[in-house]
Amino acid sequence: MSNKSFAHGHSAHCESGVMSLMMQHHGLPLSEAMVFGLSGALMFAYLPFVKLGGLPLIAYRSMPRAIIKGLQKNLGIKMKMQTFSNPEKGTEVLDGLLAQGEIVGAQTSVFWLPYFPEEMRFHFNAHNLIVYGKEGDDYLISDPVFEAPVRCETLALQKARFVKGVMAPKGLLYYPLKVPESIEYAVVIPRAIKKNAKAMLKTPVPIAGIRGIRALAKKIGKLGKKDPRYAKLFLGHIVRMQEEIGTGGAGFRFIYASFLQEAGRLLGNPLLAEASEMMTVVGDQWREFALMLAKAIRSKKSQPIDFSALQRKLESVADAEAAVYRKLLDGNLD
Amino acid sequence: MDNSKVPQHNISTYANHKKAIYATDENGEYTIVASSGWNVEEEATKQALMELERLAGLAYERVATGKVSPLYFHMYDRRMDLQTLAQATGMFKWRIKRHFRPMIFERLSGKMVERYADTLGISVKNLCMLPPRGESGV
Repeated sequence: MSNKSFAHGHSAHCESGVMSLMMQHHGLPLSEAMVFGLSGALMFAYLPFVKLGGLPLIAYRSMPRAIIKGLQKNLGIKMKMQTFSNPEKGTEVLDGLLAQGEIVGAQTSVFWLPYFPEEMRFHFNAHNLIVYGKEGDDYLISDPVFEAPVRCETLALQKARFVKGVMAPKGLLYYPLKVPESIEYAVVIPRAIKKNAKAMLKTPVPIAGIRGIRALAKKIGKLGKKDPRYAKLFLGHIVRMQEEIGTGGAGFRFIYASFLQEAGRLLGNPLLAEASEMMTVVGDQWREFALMLAKAIRSKKSQPIDFSALQRKLESVADAEAAVYRKLLDGNLD
Repeated sequence: MDNSKVPQHNISTYANHKKAIYATDENGEYTIVASSGWNVEEEATKQALMELERLAGLAYERVATGKVSPLYFHMYDRRMDLQTLAQATGMFKWRIKRHFRPMIFERLSGKMVERYADTLGISVKNLCMLPPRGESGV
């Protein structure tokens, strides 16, 4: 059985992609960029005390599930979210929902999904996908970061849904109970943008928002004192968090620029169009930074890495990004 | 980013898949462009994979010389470390470390060995031995 009317789409990021496809399926046309922007998910966080494979967590967006929750809060969507302690029960409920013709969001590990390319399989537990049907023992899956729909055997998906560890999915399933027919963009857009800009500029802790970017820059400046292998792994880790994890390029900055552009058109507001162009430039700077990191990783032992140049580059990115938020926060968005 | 600048480097880590990148067209309008990858990303991914392989290789030698139990190799071979394995099994690190001792690993109950095999997604038989040199234990 499968839901015939469901249409797969290719997205940059799993959670915003899933929510966009799900809303479209339920009659609310929302692009991925709008989902991302309206949930206020743009962030930066550098958490030296949370380690992934021995390296600190560097995030360009807010916590997993923040997009689902942010969208609920800001748009008045009502989602059913369900976790399970028993894997068999989790599979049973999923199969039951599919039998009723529901399309269901699920959180999984990346490592245990057999359709992922071998070289992309890492232990990351907060991946999102849509299950839209079942044929024999195979689930029909719309994984938004893949170009086309994929398939996955029952036991493999169960394993991927019930791994333990950091951000364990606990079999999370979600689907909308109530989707509004229309959205008052003139109210919702300015509110979401102001809130997000404020979160990036006025962070109470020195490791999130613009202050987080500066904290990371400072850390890079001190990497010269560390073991060279660790230093290079650290730099590579930044590139991976920014580019490898589905971010649409430049750690979600391009998606957000796309959101600002769409929002500007909806509200007929030239300030948003301008902010979008500024954010595009910021995204390009993040990519230049990634290129510098890649060159540093490549460098031979005889050529020492210029960590202070990397630090200065990242600090200039932080300055440029802060200017966009200041413009959004001070400007009239109505 | 200008859509003409979206990298199409056919990177090996994508295994012929394409990723969606947001870029602007000639009118400055954002669209999604399918990218076959950026070599900057490929290098970073490969660096991480090589580090995991290096750790698995070191672990292999330590098991082969009888210093630690095969569990130690299979943990790295499945791209985990002690912390990931502890979280995935729900066991304390010190307990797993004890099981890295060959004598203690040999005397583990069938149930405990199965728990490790299940978490690592390999058979009990494979968990208890080393694969031929240079091969994965999966």
